[in-house]
Amino acid sequence: MASLRQLSALGLRKAIAAGEVSALEAAREYLGAIDELDGQLHCFNQVHRDRALERAGAIDRKRAAGEPLGPLGGLPLAIKDNICTAYGKTTCSSKILADFHSPYDATAVSRLEAAGAVVLGKTNLDEFAMGSSTENSGFAPTRNPWDVSRVPGGSSGGSAAAAAARLCAAALGSDTGGSIRQPASFCGVVGLKPTYGRVSRYGLVAYGSSLDQIGPIARNVGDAALLLSVIAGHDGSDSTSLDRPVPDYLAELDKPLKNLRVGLVSEFHSQSLWPEIRQAVDRCAEAFGAAGAAVTEVSLPHSRIDAGPDGILSSYAVACYYVVAMAEASSNLARYDGVHYGHRTAKPVKDIIELYCRSRAEGFGQEVKRRIMLGTYALSAGYYEAYYLKALKVRRLIKNDFDAAFAKCDVLLGPTTPETAFPLGAKTADPLTMYLSDVYTISANLAGLPGISVPAGLSRENLPIGVQLLSGAFNEPVLLRAARLLEVALGPAPAPPLAGSN
Amino acid sequence: MAASIDEKLVRHVALLARIQVSDQEVAQFTKILGDILAYVDKLQELDTSLVEPMAHAADVHTVLAEDLPQPSLPSEQALANAPDRQDDLYRVPKVIGEM
Repeated sequence: MASLRQLSALGLRKAIAAGEVSALEAAREYLGAIDELDGQLHCFNQVHRDRALERAGAIDRKRAAGEPLGPLGGLPLAIKDNICTAYGKTTCSSKILADFHSPYDATAVSRLEAAGAVVLGKTNLDEFAMGSSTENSGFAPTRNPWDVSRVPGGSSGGSAAAAAARLCAAALGSDTGGSIRQPASFCGVVGLKPTYGRVSRYGLVAYGSSLDQIGPIARNVGDAALLLSVIAGHDGSDSTSLDRPVPDYLAELDKPLKNLRVGLVSEFHSQSLWPEIRQAVDRCAEAFGAAGAAVTEVSLPHSRIDAGPDGILSSYAVACYYVVAMAEASSNLARYDGVHYGHRTAKPVKDIIELYCRSRAEGFGQEVKRRIMLGTYALSAGYYEAYYLKALKVRRLIKNDFDAAFAKCDVLLGPTTPETAFPLGAKTADPLTMYLSDVYTISANLAGLPGISVPAGLSRENLPIGVQLLSGAFNEPVLLRAARLLEVALGPAPAPPLAGSN
Repeated sequence: MAASIDEKLVRHVALLARIQVSDQEVAQFTKILGDILAYVDKLQELDTSLVEPMAHAADVHTVLAEDLPQPSLPSEQALANAPDRQDDLYRVPKVIGEM
């Protein structure tokens, strides 16, 4: 069955449940594709072949015994390598954790497996999820399956590229400032960042704890809804996980959307936006209008984006985000001390301070060091109020803008990224221009809101364009239905040629 | 508001952050941290005198778990990733010494 990898997660689930395909065949097919293509793409840090085959065999035995397979019965999935698994390594694509074995599974992983998923392996990322291109991986960059000379975006670049190249049925990523949505946009797949508190962060290696959220990367909106239904929900092991009922997001998708109010974010329609991306957003606005939605312009003044004379986009949200994220990173990453786990320097040291300093200098990459340094500075005596406290106040202003917008609208529409996938090396020399890749996605993390990137066609260069929808907190059912409406109007997203088209 | 970033300050912050830096890195960090802080200074344009700071987005405060004894990670598992150990202990260089 040559077309097995062309099935969506929902399609494959159906085929496995019906006995048309065995879970073992599915796992073998995907593992074979990883053997064939991943040398070129480097989506995976590790492939857990034997374990995946064993798990798939167990699913087939369940089916033979007439037992229920679970909502993800036999689906081969990939997990971002900053999400802990009790088997194999959890490296965060950092040299400091290159040999780290987590003693436990993240809650999101144990929920996937309890639902019958077959984990294929762990995917590459920007070290500790700090980056927008996956070039900050401490191991090797991931390549974009649409054009291997370009980046897949980041930080969940391995998961997005694997989902796009059909090296997994779907994947988990994490999103602190856009790390699910931006790579999904660059790779032409769907990426969903849930509401802060919707999915447990237990076992997600902490970067910016007030911003981080785990979410699905999938080929279509239905597959993303399926995964969200499994991973969402309260978890006593994460004090920021909220105790609210979990709807069946998949069943909700088929409910009709009546009187939908769509807000077109005027600040995101700036002159700096590529004309092709602006046209894609306009097409989506028209699609909503044609489906009977009321489309109006709304304003998010503190998420405004201005183009400076030097071409650098200036945004309060980006400035606010980097202070908050770097401050949180500097305290979260203090735990890598070369004592309890992780890399320890082999050089002789005179005392424990030198042990810390050398181990961390050897283990962390440049971007991680920059963020720790900046965060340490922003939290240090004399600067705390000017930077950190100021950023927290601006964060409130950004949140207030969203509250006002969602009093008038159900979903907001805009671009996911200011441009399509860029060539490797294009932004590595200038961290500030790299940060601006997240200019449209960052505000949702600051405000804790859910957002989804949906494929909206290809550019003239044959690269995917994504549009972003945002909704109020815990309004994922409406967000997903609006995304589905776009998907239906725009037609199914194409696969990259490299993935095969049989 | 932009504090001037010089090499002395970068060395001080690197020590606070427990990251050893080479002379070349000090020069690089001085430049890039200065650039990032200049960018971040945009926040000073906004009047926030009447705004409450927002530390996180979840509408919950200090969730306390019940104080019940529960099994913890066995020491063998906790020590499994230790770079250096002796018996059931982490091994480190001298912490207090004659400097």
